[in-house]
Amino acid sequence: MISKRIIPCLDVNKGRVVKGVSFLNLKDAGDPVELAAFYDREGADEIVFLDITASHEKRKTVVELASRTAEKVFIPYTIGGGINTVDDIRDVLKNGADKVSINTAAVISPELIRKASDIFGSQCIVIAIDAKAKAGSWEVYTHGGRIPAGIDAIKWAKKAEKLGAGEVLLTSMDRDGTKDGYDLALTKAVVDSVNIPVIASGGAGNLEHLRDVFIIANADAALVASIFHYGHYMIKEAKEYLISQGIDIRPILQSTD
Amino acid sequence: MNNMYIAIIDYNMGNIKSVQNALSTQCIDARVTKDPDVVKNASAVILPGVGAFGDAVKNLKSMGLDNAIKEIIRMKKPFLGICIGLQVLFEYGTEGKKSSGLGIFGGTVFRLTGNVKIPHMGWNSIRILKKGSPIFKGIRDGESFYFVHSYSAVPSDAGIVSSMTEYENEIISSVEQNNVFGLQFHPEKSSLSGLKILKNFADLAINKQGRPY
Repeated sequence: MISKRIIPCLDVNKGRVVKGVSFLNLKDAGDPVELAAFYDREGADEIVFLDITASHEKRKTVVELASRTAEKVFIPYTIGGGINTVDDIRDVLKNGADKVSINTAAVISPELIRKASDIFGSQCIVIAIDAKAKAGSWEVYTHGGRIPAGIDAIKWAKKAEKLGAGEVLLTSMDRDGTKDGYDLALTKAVVDSVNIPVIASGGAGNLEHLRDVFIIANADAALVASIFHYGHYMIKEAKEYLISQGIDIRPILQSTD
Repeated sequence: MNNMYIAIIDYNMGNIKSVQNALSTQCIDARVTKDPDVVKNASAVILPGVGAFGDAVKNLKSMGLDNAIKEIIRMKKPFLGICIGLQVLFEYGTEGKKSSGLGIFGGTVFRLTGNVKIPHMGWNSIRILKKGSPIFKGIRDGESFYFVHSYSAVPSDAGIVSSMTEYENEIISSVEQNNVFGLQFHPEKSSLSGLKILKNFADLAINKQGRPY
């Protein structure tokens, strides 16, 4: 059957990785492309780049990132952050990205999801949802988690699927950065409500957290940042552990040459 | 033309640069082209692509590439279809309404069935039926590759199936007949295992006399 995916996430600002990844023996550990290629070799199943550049140069940096990555990375990769229009999406996909992740722009104009999936196919349209617990449910936030959108996360996920989204990238704002584990209730609620893959994000602090989000919340993929970036675990170690827990994970190849 | 190169057919069906990049890492001269003559003169040809069956066939025909593909196959040069590039080799597609493909293989392309998420997207393992296939040299039975598709080919001759993949029901993940190969998954997105398959294919561009086709 299809494997659960482990997806390192790289935050990028003006073409550089935001959090230094100094432990790695790379020529340039601040270069997102070098780092993504490293994770490809290490056994990552996909890569997500989140570009947080705040300037009018943004479009150029995102396109350049897409095209440089295409030369060195041979697993699927997604680019998100400030994707606002069909033209933005076309530029990034044309330059080699497999998927785009859309957040604020989709909340403001849900029709963008329909338009984009009609033109490029559902498989490349990822809807990123930043959600925060509120009175027994979860509220969607936009603009990098700064502005409450006043809509329910579960309802929004369902609507996005209906409009043609191919995947949901679900971040728990309550857990993000805490290392207390993924929000299993939130993840499970979304997984149970839609029939497209759900990538869980926010809160991974150890390997049991990854196991739980796959087994208890039934997520299709887990987004992981700091525990890999800071070398707490290698991808290989994480995958071996998850396989030992009976989870269907793509094993890391030993060279057969 | 004496220079060996692989032609990658560009027929306006999505990003195909990644196939060329993947071949470049193996030091293989791969040329993205829309020109039927460049296709015909290549030592081997790859038809990649994502998108809808009907559009893919329509584009190939309007660009005169369908005949170039048939000629390449008639000349027994190695040919590789990837994803939609595999599906268009069959007689019929059923995406939208029933339409004709290139008819290299008998059979029809159907929408995936079962209680599964569509598209079938992610890493899945293959069960290799043709163990001696040159394209699977160095690839182990059960190795995983990256899939993105909503439709799947059902060949009328089961003998061409070289591997299968389980997605509730078993689907074909590759076909092979003489020098014609088709992969439902994306080798250019399947890390080292995928690069190895592309290298295996490129090796076929050199014939037994050690010369390029």
